[in-house]
Amino acid sequence: MSELYRQEFDARSGTATADRAEWLEPLRKVAIETFATTGFPIARDEEWRFTPIAPIAHQKWRQAAGNTSAVLPAELEPYLFGHPDWTTLVFIDGAYSEDLSNPGVLNTEGRAGSLSEALQNDDGILERHLARHAPVEANPFTALSTAFIREGGFVHVPVNTDLTRPVHLLYVTTGEAADTVTHPRNLIVVDPGARASIIESYVTLAEGTSYWTNAVTEVWAGANSWIEHTRIQRESERAYHVGLTHVEQERDSHYRSFSMAMGGALARHNLTARLNGENVETLMYGLYLTRGDQVVDNHTAIHHDQPNCRSWEVYKGVLDGRSRAVFNGKVFVKPEAQKTDAKQTNRNLLLSDAAKVDTKPQLEIFADDVKCTHGATVGRLDDVALFYARSRGLPASTAQLLLTYAFAAEVTSEVALEPVREELDRLVRDRLVSL
Amino acid sequence: MLEIRGLRASAGDKEILKGIDLTVNAGEVHAVMGPNGSGKSTLAQVLAGHPAYTVTAGHVLYDGNDLLDMDPEVRAQAGVFLAFQYPVEIPGISNAYFLRAAYNEIRKSKGLEEVDSMDFLDLLEEKLRLVEWGPEIMSRAVNSGFSGGEKKRNEILQMAILDPKLAILDETDSGLDIDALRIVAGGVNALRRPDNVTIVVTHYQRLLNYIVPDQVHVLSGGRIVKSGDKGLALELEAKGYEWLEEVGAAS
Repeated sequence: MSELYRQEFDARSGTATADRAEWLEPLRKVAIETFATTGFPIARDEEWRFTPIAPIAHQKWRQAAGNTSAVLPAELEPYLFGHPDWTTLVFIDGAYSEDLSNPGVLNTEGRAGSLSEALQNDDGILERHLARHAPVEANPFTALSTAFIREGGFVHVPVNTDLTRPVHLLYVTTGEAADTVTHPRNLIVVDPGARASIIESYVTLAEGTSYWTNAVTEVWAGANSWIEHTRIQRESERAYHVGLTHVEQERDSHYRSFSMAMGGALARHNLTARLNGENVETLMYGLYLTRGDQVVDNHTAIHHDQPNCRSWEVYKGVLDGRSRAVFNGKVFVKPEAQKTDAKQTNRNLLLSDAAKVDTKPQLEIFADDVKCTHGATVGRLDDVALFYARSRGLPASTAQLLLTYAFAAEVTSEVALEPVREELDRLVRDRLVSL
Repeated sequence: MLEIRGLRASAGDKEILKGIDLTVNAGEVHAVMGPNGSGKSTLAQVLAGHPAYTVTAGHVLYDGNDLLDMDPEVRAQAGVFLAFQYPVEIPGISNAYFLRAAYNEIRKSKGLEEVDSMDFLDLLEEKLRLVEWGPEIMSRAVNSGFSGGEKKRNEILQMAILDPKLAILDETDSGLDIDALRIVAGGVNALRRPDNVTIVVTHYQRLLNYIVPDQVHVLSGGRIVKSGDKGLALELEAKGYEWLEEVGAAS
């Protein structure tokens, strides 16, 4: 099946797409060669052991047509945050729609727009960053993404500027996308001293449709920059979602991520942060809410390559039905990364007997003067807490809902930007009430 | 108001309450004392409906109704309140949200309209004064990161807002410094009325310097081995629980 991707790549090269950027071609060629060599991950590959990707590997996915005129602005209302002054970039089945997008109020020299357009007149930023950070040899899906780079969001925040309003990259899949694949590719470059909030959403207008999203986002956090990056995955519950976020952090930078996963038949997200300088802070928060037969898989990796950095990670999951969650969190501390302060937590709440979690926190520490801890729990609602709530007059079902909500809210409350926090809160409430 | 007859209860295979008889009339405060493991906390928790215990014999009449037949939330709606020995932390939910949800459930059960957050704030203000707290405490998550004393004060605050007819305090005084003890006792005394009853479960006589009981009962080995007026507490303080354990063994 992998050979098909090679054929498609060959058929497409030389045609007039966005890739006038000559520097990109060799990167894409290496990527497709890499994929052709490795193919999709096999079941005994440790990185993919618990992730049933066979339905992705064995199906012949068409390229999505990306008919942007098929969607009316009103259909997007439920997915916006009700802030007309935010910059929203809308992609329909992978294609950028200028009409549906909202330039918002970009108060600075900052840029936020379509990647394919940016590639037409690159002033060097894309060449320095695009496909330079997320390694293609580490992950066959990233190799495919790089080979098929076509469209996505590009955000650039120049030195010492504050993007006061968030940029929302909204990926919408319609009923026309049945049995298709898209490769959304985002690049976020936040220069030294700059500040930005980025939201990445993956939603569907056609629940029940089967399609595959293969998304890759590269983030470069310059020295002393501040970034909040929220990822909301609400794909169709029959869809496949494979995502990778790769973050490079320079000294004194602060990067905080919130990753919400509630859609997909199978949804996998890899989040990797590389700490390249001293005094870097990395916060990774995550919440997954699963039901039915969903499988949600989060793999995170934090590379403490330099001394005096802090990373703090909390992923929580609420599982119902026969759903399954996978959590694998790695923290690597290099010998020179003394005074590293790293804490990692994964907590899971099972609402049904058939739900299952595979959790594996991993610390690999090669420095001796560090403070690193990790912990994982899988359990049910605490009987004593339930009794406590009931003893105050709350009916059993209300008490259960309240405590389940509280479990999730403990992590959503970490989102810095209030409207985003409220949106996540609403998503959690809506989902829990429907269980 | 509360009539307990021949109450036996177990946790798993272990029988803890071995036949309790106790009558509390409206307007009274009763203290239940006893050494560790005597069953005094179990009695408090069984009255509130804790699922860890199984009642194996006896009955409890509360306001003429069969208390043991009621779910914990129904007991709460009927005016039963247990101040927990170890109040539960609920990170993720604010104290204000939790308390208002509880308050509204109790109102709903009485056919009253729910109050919105503004009206609730007015009510809160008065009750907060009772425990000498400012409004900041309400935006903190329920008991989360609270000190031991703060947790106990929070129980008293909840009690003040929910305004119970049967208040049971399970070792609310344990581990409190004198200031916190004064605040907790002040809260309890302020809520004392001719139409409600309070059962104070305590290990130490000290609390009874602040809350004066009408009757004192001593539990040992799952039975009430002695009852008396407040003088009994002082006698216990002087002679120690060993004295009564001997009484219990002899009876």
